[in-house]
Order: sequence, then structure tokens, then C-alpha cells
Amino acid sequence: MATTYRTCPASGLQFEAHAEKLMKWNAVAAVLWLLVGGITAIGVIMTRWPAFKLLPPDQFYQILTAHGVDMLLCWIIFFEMAVLYFASSVLLRCRLATPKWGWVQFWLMVVGSVMTNVAIFQGESSVMFTSYVPMQAAPHFYLGLILFAVGALIGCGVFFGTLVVAKKDKTYTGSIPMVTFGALTAAIIAVFTILTGAGILLPTFLWSIGLIKEVDPQLYRMVWWGLGHSSQQINVAAHVSIWYLIPAIVIGAKPLSEKVSRGAFLMYILFLQLASAHHLLSDPGMSAEWKVLNTSYFMYFAVMASMIHGFTVPGAIEAAQRRRGFTNGLFEWLRKAPWGNPAFSGMFISLVSFGFLGGISGVVLGTEQINMLMHNTFYVPGHFHTTVVTGTTLAFMAVTYLLVPTLFKREMIHPKLCQIQPYLFGIAMSITGLVMMGAGTLGVSRRHWDMAFSGAPFQYEWPGAAMLMMGMTGFFGMVTIVGGALWIYLVVGSLLWGKKLDGGAVSDKPTPIPAATPAASASHHGSDHVGVPGTVVLVMALLISFVLYYFVNWKYLSEVWLLS
Amino acid sequence: MSAILPPSERLWWKEPIAKTEWLWIAIAFVWGMIMFVMMIYWHIYGKQNLSNEAYKTTPEAFAAKAEQFIAENTVRVETGLEGSEIPVVKVPNGGDGYLIARLWNWYPILELEKGQEYKIHLSSMDYNHGFSLQPVNINIQVIPGYEHVVKMTPTSSGTFAIVCNEFCGIGHHSMLGRIYVK
Repeated sequence: MATTYRTCPASGLQFEAHAEKLMKWNAVAAVLWLLVGGITAIGVIMTRWPAFKLLPPDQFYQILTAHGVDMLLCWIIFFEMAVLYFASSVLLRCRLATPKWGWVQFWLMVVGSVMTNVAIFQGESSVMFTSYVPMQAAPHFYLGLILFAVGALIGCGVFFGTLVVAKKDKTYTGSIPMVTFGALTAAIIAVFTILTGAGILLPTFLWSIGLIKEVDPQLYRMVWWGLGHSSQQINVAAHVSIWYLIPAIVIGAKPLSEKVSRGAFLMYILFLQLASAHHLLSDPGMSAEWKVLNTSYFMYFAVMASMIHGFTVPGAIEAAQRRRGFTNGLFEWLRKAPWGNPAFSGMFISLVSFGFLGGISGVVLGTEQINMLMHNTFYVPGHFHTTVVTGTTLAFMAVTYLLVPTLFKREMIHPKLCQIQPYLFGIAMSITGLVMMGAGTLGVSRRHWDMAFSGAPFQYEWPGAAMLMMGMTGFFGMVTIVGGALWIYLVVGSLLWGKKLDGGAVSDKPTPIPAATPAASASHHGSDHVGVPGTVVLVMALLISFVLYYFVNWKYLSEVWLLS
Repeated sequence: MSAILPPSERLWWKEPIAKTEWLWIAIAFVWGMIMFVMMIYWHIYGKQNLSNEAYKTTPEAFAAKAEQFIAENTVRVETGLEGSEIPVVKVPNGGDGYLIARLWNWYPILELEKGQEYKIHLSSMDYNHGFSLQPVNINIQVIPGYEHVVKMTPTSSGTFAIVCNEFCGIGHHSMLGRIYVK
């Protein structure tokens, strides 16, 4: 297919026409699903806020199901498709492989996501995102998810094909850039994830239409989490790639060591999938040996990989800032970072919140015995709102501040509001996650309509502190929603009314990435190594918080009834 | 040079790694190993380990065993707030107790003694349920078709609630059970 290449005058990025269009459509679909997910979030939050209890139980469980599916799958995976096309076609400056298949990806995902949502809003599929059997949803709930997943798989195929095209057309020399490598990691994990998902959703679909008699509930949980958790690992790989991308564009940061960062991505591929086992720690059907090996031993290599990124990402920022002359003391580089640039501030809040809140809580939650203290409590959504929301969603929001001018050729409207938005959303969500975890530590259940247990044969009163934390969850949850709504307004508003920017020169041929000159490599080799003492202090703070919090939970565990 | 360009050094895998990076990698590795060993340590020396004893079963088979246990050990009957009659069953010291999870109640009420070890059999008659003992805060998944035998020793006395914390349908929030510990 004939195509053209546009070079953005501001960023120097080169957009191939097909890839550009696909990225735009996928990004717009993502934002629309975020809007639906955000509206459902209002219902969830206002119902769980004990002072309001807005919705009746049937509607609450219905929109909670929609909230999970629309946020965790629709918003994030549509956006990830745009990220994959960006990391391949744009960063490697080549044409997109098989754009027609790209459109198959897009439309399958549209049809699938709409079909599943129709099933949910018809009311017969309030089975939660996890849809544990033998609770049954309408057949088109599962069919929609399957179509969506097949679409995403095709998107990964187009991404792999584009890497081959770039190699064949020699649009770059040497190895692919770090960000593309991270996206490759995400795509490889995605293939594993989607095939696992097919492995469980297909039989479940056949069961829902009566062709299969039974799906074993324990087996379902095991295989389903190969989809459910691994899909969050796609997000981790994607948002870590964005953590490398934004500082590279904004302050010219480069990885401290290509080898270390790429090695850490490789460890994600090798070990992250096994982390899905940590959803089964309090299940009857698995042995302790199986649990310890799968969730911990291998998972800790994945944790190690995240800890490495947690060092190399701020380290790259510090090194770049020091090279720019901010060398005073431990933290001048941090104080004088571009905090007024929403792409940068969003990315940095994402990094800190994911590390300190989402990361630490996830490892503690995933410890075999400690899991019993938190399994199915409000701690779990507290944890994943500080990974998937402050981690992934905030990183995606941040990178959008760069994409609107370059990809959509529009200036962002209300620059002052743009500056505020990442702080509002990131900080409010972090606090929400923290108080959610607090309520969970006190035993409050997730996915539960009524903390007063109306209609139950007995009464149980939650501790006052738990009620307080739930109230705070309500308040800060609503602030987060305001922050999210502001982002949607700013992005959609900019696309509609933002000042049009010059798209840059269009050519029939791609301009390859110039090969690094020997001189540049030589200077890189010796002189420009800078130390990163500030980052060392930051990661030590992370480690100390991690160790303390980890052992505090063992202490809590030692105080409950004896179990063996 | 940058994360969005190919590495400037073509043989990037041969470049040395800075000392601070090595140090952090080593710390991360050691910490991972400590966390791994900690779980094994707890299996040997800790007193809170979830039982591995589980059997495949059917709702009918489990209900039959539970009914027999209730028939043999009921000490009195309590009336719930909504009028239902619920047997209070004293689990023999050191013996087996059965707890049925079903839409939407925990059945029966169990009576235990502090400091005694019990084998509590858990299973579901229908969907997934979540055994959440409050305010102790022990949470165990209950799955239909699986009988989980959990050995537990109460270390505190009083009245405890069993909240269902796995979504099980429209009446999920009313699924509240009770355990007495003397």
C-alpha cells in the first residue's frame, strides 16, 4: 500500500500515514472507554462511601463489573495498541506492517468491547471482571472478551511485523531503542496472556451456551489469572517503557546502562507470568510448595527487575539533569526538574506511587502466608489502584501531553490546568489507594455492597477506623475522578478546539535514523559518566520502607489465630 | 544515546556496569532471597500456615457430612434477626467441624473453645465464597467442589463474624455467619 511519512517539526518524530491514523483511532477509543470507566467509578465510589450508599445492590454489582472491564481491559489495551504502533513504526521510522490487519485489530476490539458492555448493561452478566465460574454471564459477555483479545493479539502481530519491516528496510542500525525493547517485552507478555485467556474463555463461552457441562472452578481460577494478572504485566512493561520515553524526550535522558535495563525487561518476560499464581494463595487446591515456588521465588526475580527499573529510571533523569548543570548537592537535579511539564510530573508521580505504594503492597500481598490477612479485602483494590491507575493510567495520561501536539497536531488548551492535572489525579489516587489498603488491613471486604449487612441473620460492626477509611476513600476517590475528568476534558477539548499546529514536511520515503557516529560513541564511552548519588538516597528510602512494612505484616500475622 | 534511539554503542552488552548499579542489583537480589526464605522459615517455625489438606467433593457429599455433624453435635438453636432458626454446633475438642457456604449464609454457627485445635472443613454448595473471619482477619477462598480442611486454634474468645468476601450474587452482603469461642 502506498504511504507517506510526516516529520513533526517540533519533536523530529516521523509518522507513517497508516500508523498515524491507527494510533489516533486507538487512542480515541481508549479515551472514550476511560470516560465510560470514569462514569461507572462515580457509582462505585458513591456506593461504597458509607455516608451515601448511592446505588441499590443489583446496579452496584453491574457497574462494578463494567468499571473493571472498561478500565482494566478497554481503556488500557486500546491505549497499548497505540503505544505498540508508536514504539515500532514511529521510533524505528518505518512503515507499519500490514495496516489492513491493524484495522482488523481495531474493529475486532471495538466490536468485542461493545458486545461485552452490552451484555453487562443488559443486566444478566454482573459477574465481576473475574467472572469466576460457576457463576454464569450471558454468552456474549465471554464472546465479546474473546473478540477483543483476538483483536489485541492481531495488534501484537502487526507490531512484530513492523519490527521485521524496519530490520529489512534498514531504517536503523544496531539494536532497537530501549523504549521499543520495552514495548517488545509488553507484546511478548501479551501473546502469552491472550493465549492463556483463550484457553479459559473459550471453554467458558462453550459452557455458557450449553456445549460443555462444567468448568472446574479451581482450574478456572488458575488459568483465568494467567490472563487476569499477566495482562497487568503487559501494563507494567508498557508504562515502564513510557517512564524511559518521557525523560528521553523532555530532558534528553538516556539509560544508565542499556544492558541492565534491557536485562530487567528480559526478566519480566521470564518471570512475571508466574506471579498470576499469587491470586490462589488462600485457595484450597494448591500445595504450599507450589505456592511458594510460583509466587515468590520466581516472582522475586520479577520484583528484582522492577527494583532495577526503580533505580535506572530516576538514575537516568538524575544523570541527564547533572549533565545539564544541576550538580549542587544531592537533590538540585530533582528540585530543578521540569515540574511544570505535565508529561514529566505525571511520569514522575507515576514512578514514585507505583514503587512506594503499588509495588511494596503487591509484594506483601503476594507473600504466601501474609496473603491470608488481605485476600479479597479492600486491600486488594487499594493495591491495584496504585499500580494500574497511578502507575499505568497516569503514565499514559502523561505521555498524551506529548502525543497531542505531535500526533494530533494540536496545542493543548488551558496550559495551567494541564500543569495541575497530574498532581490532582496522581496525588488523590495515591491517597485513595492508601486508605483503601488501610480499610482492607482492618478486614473490610472488596466487592461488597453493604458494610451494615442489611438482611443478615446477625450483626457485625466494623471498627470505627475502617468506617473512617471508607469515608476517606469516598472523598479522595471523588477528587481522583475530578482529576480524571479534567484530563479527558483537556485532551478532548484540545483535539476539538486546540490551536492547529504545523504538521511538518511530508515525503514518500522514510528518513532512516542516522547511525551513531564513531565520535559520538567515543565521547559517550569515557567522559560523560556521571554518578547518581541522589537516586541512591531515593532507592534506599524505598528499600527501608519496603523492609519495615514487610516485617510489620509478619508481626500482624503472628497475632491471629493459629493455623496449620 | 537516548532511550528512543538505538544504543549509540553497538556492542552495548559489552559495556561495563557502574558500581552503584551493581550494588543495587545485589541488594535487590539479596532482598528477594530473604523474602523467599522467610516463607519457608514460617512454614517451619511460624504458627500461621494455611492447611494444604483439600479433597475433591460434591455439594451433595459435603452437605451429607455436614448434616450428620450438625445432628450429632448441636447444643442449641438460635433465631436470626430475620427469623431463621440456626443450629449452634459445638465442635468436639480436637475434632472435626463442618461449615457450609451457600447462597447466602454460613451454616451452622460453630462453637469453639479457646486454645483447642479444630479441623474445620470448608466447602461451597454453589458459587465461590470468601471465608473472612472478623475482627481476627483471616481470609480463605471457598470453592465449590473442593473440601478444604483447615486446622485452626482460636487464641481469643468472644463472638466472631464470618463475612463473605467473595462476590456471590445479589444477596452477598447479607451472608454473615458466626463463630463463638469460649
